[in-house]
Parts: sequence; structure tokens; C-alpha cells
Amino acid sequence: MIGFIHILRRDLRLAQRQGMDSVMAVMFFVIAVVLFPFGVGPEPNILARIAAGVIWVAALMSSMLSLERLFQTDYEDGSLELLTLSPITLEIAVLAKIVGHWLTTGLPLIVAAPLLGVLLNMPVDGFPMLILALALGTPSLSLIGAVGAALILGSRRGGVLLSLLILPLYIPILIFGVSAVDAVIGGFDAKPQLLIMGGFLLAALPLCPWAASAAVRQAVE
Amino acid sequence: MLFHRFANPTRFLRLAAVLQPWMAGLTIVLGGAGLYLGLLSSPADYQQGESVRIMYVHVPAAWMAMFVYTGMAVSAAVGLIWKHPLAEVIAKSSAPIGACFTFLALFTGALWGKPMWGAWWVWDARLTSMLVLFFLYLGYMALNEAFDDPSRGIKASSILVLVGVVNVPIIKFSVDWWNTLHQPASVFKMGGPSIDPSMLWPLLLMAVAFNTYYVWVLLIRVRAEIIANRVRVLRLKQVHG
Repeated sequence: MIGFIHILRRDLRLAQRQGMDSVMAVMFFVIAVVLFPFGVGPEPNILARIAAGVIWVAALMSSMLSLERLFQTDYEDGSLELLTLSPITLEIAVLAKIVGHWLTTGLPLIVAAPLLGVLLNMPVDGFPMLILALALGTPSLSLIGAVGAALILGSRRGGVLLSLLILPLYIPILIFGVSAVDAVIGGFDAKPQLLIMGGFLLAALPLCPWAASAAVRQAVE
Repeated sequence: MLFHRFANPTRFLRLAAVLQPWMAGLTIVLGGAGLYLGLLSSPADYQQGESVRIMYVHVPAAWMAMFVYTGMAVSAAVGLIWKHPLAEVIAKSSAPIGACFTFLALFTGALWGKPMWGAWWVWDARLTSMLVLFFLYLGYMALNEAFDDPSRGIKASSILVLVGVVNVPIIKFSVDWWNTLHQPASVFKMGGPSIDPSMLWPLLLMAVAFNTYYVWVLLIRVRAEIIANRVRVLRLKQVHG
């Protein structure tokens, strides 16, 4: 547990000092969403209809963009190898890094999402559900993404490869995240969608750090 | 143990050389019979007309797409746990075949969907999960090729296959869990198949033919892979003197 907190604090401090990473993720998120009114036209009804989907897709992309650096820098300077040799269970260390990734990139997205909802003319009833769904969904994105980030360590053309590996696995979260928001806007109960997303998170929480650390182990071997 | 006995590449190569012509012959005979029964001698459907015949390719291809992926997952697990090099080679060699089956299922499905549903593609659960399966195959192959050291690529992609295996039950049960446009299962279900024998027979023949075809091509690919590995080792030996 102490090791978990130490690694988490180290990652947060690194993110804070190297600065731009999490700001970049949010900036990408905002710019990607802002492109849509230019693409589909500024018609308020159309924008309101697609707002939830656009915000979710952009959140998926920006969460994925920052994933490449989750293990890469540590792999290059050798600290990942030290982590695997240290007495801390590697799964715990990986989980700490994932939590750090979510705190620096997932959480800012949730904060920025309502603002983008306003820009896209999203009905106000959907806002609390958008935040709730993102809060349940983005940790799963970080967890699943960590497996991909660990798998591409040491490969050629890592970034493009990562999107090919990870985006198909993101689809279920996207489906239920969007349908939860759309259900509330349409006046329905979104409990089933939230329960399913909670289920994804609970399944990913033990399984993904396990798979990711298996990938890290064979990368530093 | 039998399993360990044939995990030896040399012994496997000898067995593969014997099996390969048999598989080729079976594929041609069964596939020919299945195609004849399916395309010429079986009745047209009372609703779908002649386009029902697409099913004799579409359904076996879709079964194979899932079967090959499951087989890859099992071999990848065996390769990771017991470090059998042959299991890793089988997983690696299966991927392009499985991807082709998946593409064939999606393609023939589109051809069938246009006259039946009026659309090449609809976003229902069965179709979407098959598309995801196709991407998983592509991701596996891309990851396999992405490393300078081939053994690293095989290990990394084995983990990926095991992660992606969650998709297989989703495909199988998507037609039961969601209310899809794609029809539910009519062959493997409780209470026996609900499809007429005159259509079931060509379908089953084609399914077996697709299976033997898979084994046939797999044997060729595995033999080529083992030989390529040997060539690589010999070259390295030459370089190191």
C-alpha cells in the first residue's frame, strides 16, 4: 500500500513538473469537439442530437493519445525495469500508474465535458448523467488502455499501433456511455447502462493491471 | 503424454507432411459436395428465394471466424504458460486465416443484407461485434510484426489475444441479449436445429469443409514458419561464425 502511494505520488509529481501532458490531453479534447460544428454545420438541433456521442468519442481519443507515455518514458530510462525488480508487487505498481494516468488525464476531461456540452447545445438534463457516465467510464478506459500501452513497449511505430489495439476494446464503454446520456435526455432511466459500466469497471480493475504487468514483464525481460 | 509428444517440431513436421494431402483431399471432396448440394440441389427458401444460398458460405465462415480465434486464444495461453514454441507458431499462423474468414463472413453478410434488409450494413450487435473481431485479428497481426525480435512480438500478441477473447461470447450471445436485426441461432440451440434437413446437410458439409480447409492452410503456414525459423537460426550461426 505504501509502495502504491509512493508510485502514485511520483507519477503525479512528474506530470506536474513536466506540465503539458494533461493540459495537452484536455486541449485535444476541446479542439476535437469544436471541429464537429464545422464538420456537420452549426444547426443547434443536430448538434444537440450528437453532442453526447461526440464528447464521448473525443474523450476516448484524448485518453488514448496520452496513454503512449504511460510506460514509455519509464521504459526508456530504465525505471520500469527497477520497478519490476522492486519488492512491490508489479500489479500494484501498474495499478498506481494507471490511477495516476486517470487523475492527470481522465479527471480533467470530466471537468471540461460540461463546457463542451454547452458549446454543442446539449440539453441541460443530460449534464449530470454525462459527468456520472464519464466518471464511471474513463477509469475503465485508462485500465484497458494500460494493457495496450504495456504491449507496445519497445515496438516500432507504437502510437498508431496502440490505437489499433485499444480502440476496438473501447467500443462497449462508448456504447453504454452514450446510451446512458441519451436515455436521460429522452426521459428514461439510465440505471441499466450505469450498472453495466460499473460492471466493466469492476471487471477491468483486477484483470487489466494483471494483463498489463504480464506485458511489462515480458517487455523488460 | 500425447500432447507433449507432438509438441516437438520435428515430429510435428513429419505428422504434418502426412496429414496435409488428406486435408486437401477432404476439403475438395466435402467442399465440392457441399457446394453442389447448397448451390444446385437444395431448395430455394420460401421467403428469401435464391439468395438463401449465400448462407452456405456465410454461416460456416462466421463459425470459423470464432473457432479460429478461440483456437488462437488456447494456443496463446499454452504458449505463455508452458512455453511451447509450437503453440505460439500455431497462434501466429492462424491469425491471417481467421481474419480472412471474418472478412468473408462480413462480406457475404453484406451481399445478403442488401436484397434482404435493404442495406449493406446495419449497426446491430452481431455485426458490430464481428467487426470488432476483425479489428482484433488485424491488431494481433500488426503487433506480431511490430518488433525487431520475433519472439517478443509473439509473446506480446499472445497477451492481446487473451484480452480480446472477451469478445467471443459477446458475438455468440449478441443475438440473444439484444434485439437484433440479425436472426438468432437456428442450428446450435436447445431442442435441436430448427432448420430443414435439406438445408442443414449442405450447411454442415460446408462447415466441415471449411474446418479441413483451415487445418490444411494452417499446416502449410506452420511448416513454412518452422522452416523460416530454422533458416533464421542458420543465418545467425553463419554470422557468428
